[in-house]
Amino acid sequence: MNRSNLFAVFFLLCLVFPVYTFAGAGDLSGLPPASRDSVSDMKEVTVYGRHRDEIVPSQRLGGKRLQSLSAFSVADAMRYFSGVQLKDYGGVGGLKTIDIRSMGTNHMGVFYDGIQLGNAQNGLVDLGRFSLDNVEEIALYNGQKAQIFQPARDYGTSGSVYIRTRRPVFEDGRTHNLRASLKGGSFDLINPSLVWEQRWSRRVTSSLSADYTGASGKYKFRYRRVLPSGDVAWDTTAVRDNGDIRSYRVEASVFGNTNDGTWNAKAYFYDSERGIPGAIVSNVWKHAQRQWDRNFFAQGQWTKHVSDRYRFQVNGKYANDWMRYLNPDTTLMYQDNRFRQHELYLSTAHHVELLPGWQVNVATDYQYNTLDASLTNFVYPRRHTLLTALASQYEYKRFRVMVSLLGTYVWDKTTKGNTPDPVHKLTGRWTPAIYLSYRPLHDCPDLSLRAFYKGIFRLPTFNDLYYTEVGNTRLEPETTKQWNLGFIYAHDRYSGLLRHIEVKADGYFNIVDNKIVAIPKGSGQYRWMMMNVGKVHIAGLETTAESVLRWHRDWALTLCLNYTYQSATDRTDPSDNDPYYGTYGGQIAYVPRHSGSVTGNLVWRNFGLNYSFIYVGERYHTSANIRENYEQPWYTHDLSATCRMALRRCALTFALECNNVFDQQYDVILNYPMPGRNWKGVLKVEF
Amino acid sequence: MLLPLLQACRHDTIVWPPEEENTGNGRTDVIRGFYLLNEGNMGSNKCTMDYYDYASGTYVRNIYGNANPSAVKELGDVGNDLQIYGSRLWAVVNCSNKVEVMEASTARRIGQVDLANCRYICFHEGYAYVSSYAGPVQINPDYEQRGIVVKVDTATLEKVDTCIVGFQPDCLAVLDGKIYVANSGGYMSPNYENTLSVIDLASFTEERRIPVAVNLHHVVADRHGQLWVSSRGDYYGNPNSLYCISDPAGEAHVQRVAAPDGRDLVVKNMTLCGDSLYIIGKDFSYVTMDTQVNYAIVHTSRREVVTTNFIADGTEASIMEPYGLAVHPVSREVLIGDARSYINPGTLFCYSVDGVQQWKLRTGDIPAHMAFLWK
Repeated sequence: MNRSNLFAVFFLLCLVFPVYTFAGAGDLSGLPPASRDSVSDMKEVTVYGRHRDEIVPSQRLGGKRLQSLSAFSVADAMRYFSGVQLKDYGGVGGLKTIDIRSMGTNHMGVFYDGIQLGNAQNGLVDLGRFSLDNVEEIALYNGQKAQIFQPARDYGTSGSVYIRTRRPVFEDGRTHNLRASLKGGSFDLINPSLVWEQRWSRRVTSSLSADYTGASGKYKFRYRRVLPSGDVAWDTTAVRDNGDIRSYRVEASVFGNTNDGTWNAKAYFYDSERGIPGAIVSNVWKHAQRQWDRNFFAQGQWTKHVSDRYRFQVNGKYANDWMRYLNPDTTLMYQDNRFRQHELYLSTAHHVELLPGWQVNVATDYQYNTLDASLTNFVYPRRHTLLTALASQYEYKRFRVMVSLLGTYVWDKTTKGNTPDPVHKLTGRWTPAIYLSYRPLHDCPDLSLRAFYKGIFRLPTFNDLYYTEVGNTRLEPETTKQWNLGFIYAHDRYSGLLRHIEVKADGYFNIVDNKIVAIPKGSGQYRWMMMNVGKVHIAGLETTAESVLRWHRDWALTLCLNYTYQSATDRTDPSDNDPYYGTYGGQIAYVPRHSGSVTGNLVWRNFGLNYSFIYVGERYHTSANIRENYEQPWYTHDLSATCRMALRRCALTFALECNNVFDQQYDVILNYPMPGRNWKGVLKVEF
Repeated sequence: MLLPLLQACRHDTIVWPPEEENTGNGRTDVIRGFYLLNEGNMGSNKCTMDYYDYASGTYVRNIYGNANPSAVKELGDVGNDLQIYGSRLWAVVNCSNKVEVMEASTARRIGQVDLANCRYICFHEGYAYVSSYAGPVQINPDYEQRGIVVKVDTATLEKVDTCIVGFQPDCLAVLDGKIYVANSGGYMSPNYENTLSVIDLASFTEERRIPVAVNLHHVVADRHGQLWVSSRGDYYGNPNSLYCISDPAGEAHVQRVAAPDGRDLVVKNMTLCGDSLYIIGKDFSYVTMDTQVNYAIVHTSRREVVTTNFIADGTEASIMEPYGLAVHPVSREVLIGDARSYINPGTLFCYSVDGVQQWKLRTGDIPAHMAFLWK
C-alpha cells in the first residue's frame, strides 16, 4: 500500500470512529450494569489521600477548591501551582500562556479531556480561553502523566496540563441536572452559562454546555515615577482600551460504559472576536489591532478491558482552527491575514500486565497537520507525525519504577510557488524517561521519595520554520533534559482537629538546549529570523504544604502554601560575560527567583470565605540583569465569599469576589498594565 | 531578618538617574560632545539618550530622564533619527509617533511635533522636513497608503505643509533646492518601491521620480552635487547595494558602486565626512548562505571603494551587529554602535583615523543615531 492510501485509511478510521461510538450509545441501554459507573468515576476526583505514592510529581486543583478560587479561566487557576509562570497580557481577553519550570511555553502540552490541544502554527495554547465553568479538575505533571496506559503523545512534552471537564453525576435516581449561572462585574463582564446533563440509560449519559463571555475590557491603570528625593516626577492614570472580547462556547459530550470498557465522545466549538490591547508606550495609549478565532474539534476515546491482563484504548480527534488578524491602523502597516489549520489525530494504546506488578504499554499515534495562510510567498506546510511509545511499570514491595521510550518521526512537505517541494524528514529520534518512587519506611506508607529523568524536545512550529521571511527551515528541535528529586508526605485522619496534612518538596535541574530564538537578521530590528542558539540552565525548588482542619461540626479550614525558587540562567554566549550587564549567567526574561502563593478557605455550614495571595518576586525582562531591565515584584490579594442555599428543588449559590483588593498597579509583561481592584458577582442555580 | 522581606516588596520606581563612565580619553576638541540615541526594541518604550563629553572623556547614559523628569513615559518607543539644527536637538521617535524637540546644550524638552509613524528628518533654511509612512489611505481596490514629507517650522514647531511621496519613505537629503526622498515600500513586500522622490523646495510638491533600485533606505548628498543612495535589497534575489546618482536634478545618471571584487557592499548605515563615505554593514545571505561584513570607505569624487575594512587592528570580530555610525568631522575618528542582540545593552566603539580601537563603552539598547554638538 502506498503512502497516500495509508493516509486515506487513517482518515476513514477517524471518520468512522465517532460514528461507531454514537451508534453504540443507543444499543447498550438494556445491558446489565457496568463494572464501573459514573459515580465511581467521580470518586477518582477526590483530591486528598490518593497521591501519596504518586510516581510523577504533580499538582492538581479540583472540586470545591477549584470553585473557591477567584479564578475566571484555567489560566487564572494555574497561578496557584508552584513552578508555573503565567504570562498575562492583562484583561479578560488578553493572551495568557504558561511556562513550567522555565522551560518555555512551547514545551507545555495542554490536554483537554485526555487529548492534546494542538497549535502547529505557533505552539501556543491560550489558557485564558478556557472557562472554569465546566471544568472539574486541572492537573499539572512534570514530564508526563503518572499512568502508563495512555497514547504516545502524552509522553511527548516536558510538562503537561490536563484539563478535565465535569462528568455528569446523578443523585438519587435523578435523570437530569440543569445548572445555570450568571457572572458579571468589572470590565463590563457578562458571562451567562448553561449546563444540561442527561442520563439516557444506566450506561449512557450526556452533557451539553454553552456559555457567552462579553466584556469591554476597560479598566483604569496608573503609571507613576518618583525622583530620587521621593517627590513625584509624573503620575498618570488612563483607561485600558481595545481589550474587549466577545466569545461563545458550545460543548457536547456523551459518556458511556460497556461491560468491559468505557467510551466517550465530545464536540467543541468556540468563536470569538477580541481587541489586542498592545503595549502602552510614550504618546501611544490605545491600539486598534483585532483578532478573530473559530475553533472546532471533535474527539472520542474508547477503552476496552479484553481480559484481566490486557486492555486497549483508541483515541481520535479532528480539529479545525481559523484565525484572522487585522491591523486596521492607517498609520501602520495594514494587515488582514487569515490562517487555517487542520489536525487529524489517531492513537491506539495497548496495556498488558505481564506478571503481577509488571505492566507494559505500547502506543502508536499518527497525526497530520496543515496550515494555510493568506500571506505572500507562503509555503503551505503539511506535517505527518508518527509517534511510538513503549512504557513499562514495575512495582516491587515499596519500590516502583516506570520507564518509557518515545520515538518521534516527522515529515514536512511544503510548496514553493505552486510546485510542491519534496517531503523532507524533519526528525526521527528516540527519547527516554525514567521515574522512580520508593517508600523508605516500612510502617509509614505516608512518606515516599521520588526521582525522575526525562529527555524530550519540541519541534519547531510552522511559524518558526515557514513564516514568510522570518522562518528558517534549517531549524533543529529544541531539547530539554530534566532531573528531579523529591519527597511527599501525606497523612489523613478521620477524627480530631487536623484531618489532612501534606508536605511536598522537589528539587530539579533542567537544561534547555538548541533553544529557538528570534535573532535580528542584520537589516535592523524590523526583520528577524529564528535560530537554534539559546541555552538555559534551570535549578529550582518547589515546596507545597497543605492542611485541612475541622472543628465543632460545622467548621472547616483548608490552608495551602506554595513556594518556588528558581535560578534560570542564560548559558547562550559565554563571551557575553560582563559582570554587570552581560547576559551569560543572567536570570532569563520574566522568571522570578522567588514566587509563591497562600490560599485559605474557611467554611461554616453553607457559607464560605476564601482568601488567596499570589506573590511573584522581582524579575528582569531580558537576561541582562540591569536596572533598565528590572521589573518590580507583584502580589495580589483576592477575597471571595460564597453562600449556598436550597430552595425547594433548587440549589442556589451566590458569590462575591474582590480581586486585587489593595489595588496594586503592576505589569506582568513590560508595558502591559494589569487591572487594579476589580469585582465579580456570581449567581448559580442548580435543579 | 526583615531586610529580605522589605526587598521583596514593591517600591516606587525612580526616574533613572544618569550613569557616568570615563574613557580616560579627555582632550580639548573643537567639538563639545555628541548625543547618542538608542532605539530600544519595539514595544519596550526604551528609547534612551546618552551623551559623550570630549573635554572630560565622560560618557553619560540615560540623560533624558534627568533632564526631563516630568515627561510621562520618557522619550518613548523606537528612536529612529537624531539631528541638531541650530540650538535645538531633534529626536524622531518612530513608534511614539512624535518628534521630540530639545535644547541642544541641555537636552531639556521644548516641545513635540505629533507625527504618526515618523522616520527621518533633515533641515533647510529654518524648516525641518520629516518623512512619515502615514500618508493618506486609498482603497481602490487594494489598500494603499502613500508616505509623506511634512514641513515643520523649527521656531514654532508647527506643521506648515505636507507633500505626498512614494510608499514608506525613509531617509531624505537636500541638494540645490530639492529634497530627495528614498522610498522603501517596506510594507508592500515583495512589491517594493524602487524610486527616489524629488520634491521641489519652492513649491513643496513632488516633481518627479528617479528609479534606482528596490527598497531604498539611505540618501546622502556630497559636495560634488551627487547623491549616494542605498538599497536594502529584497532579501531574495536583489542584494543590499549602493548607488551614486550624478546630476540628480537633470539627467540623473545612476551608477552602482561595488567593492573591487565586484561584490555589493552591505549598507546598514552610511555617513559622509569630506570626500569619504563611510559604510558599515553585516548581513546574512540566503543565496550564498554566509555572512558578509564590511567597514568600507568610498571615495565620493572617484566613486570607488577605497577599502572594505577600515578597522586595522583586527577588533572588528568583536562587533556583533554594526548598526550606528558617525565620523568626527575634524579628527575623523569613527564611532560604531553595536546593537548586539537588539534586546540588551549595546556597545559603542571608537576607532582612530588609522582604524585602531580607542575605547568602547556600554550604551542603551540598539545604539543607532548620533549627533555632534559643536562649541
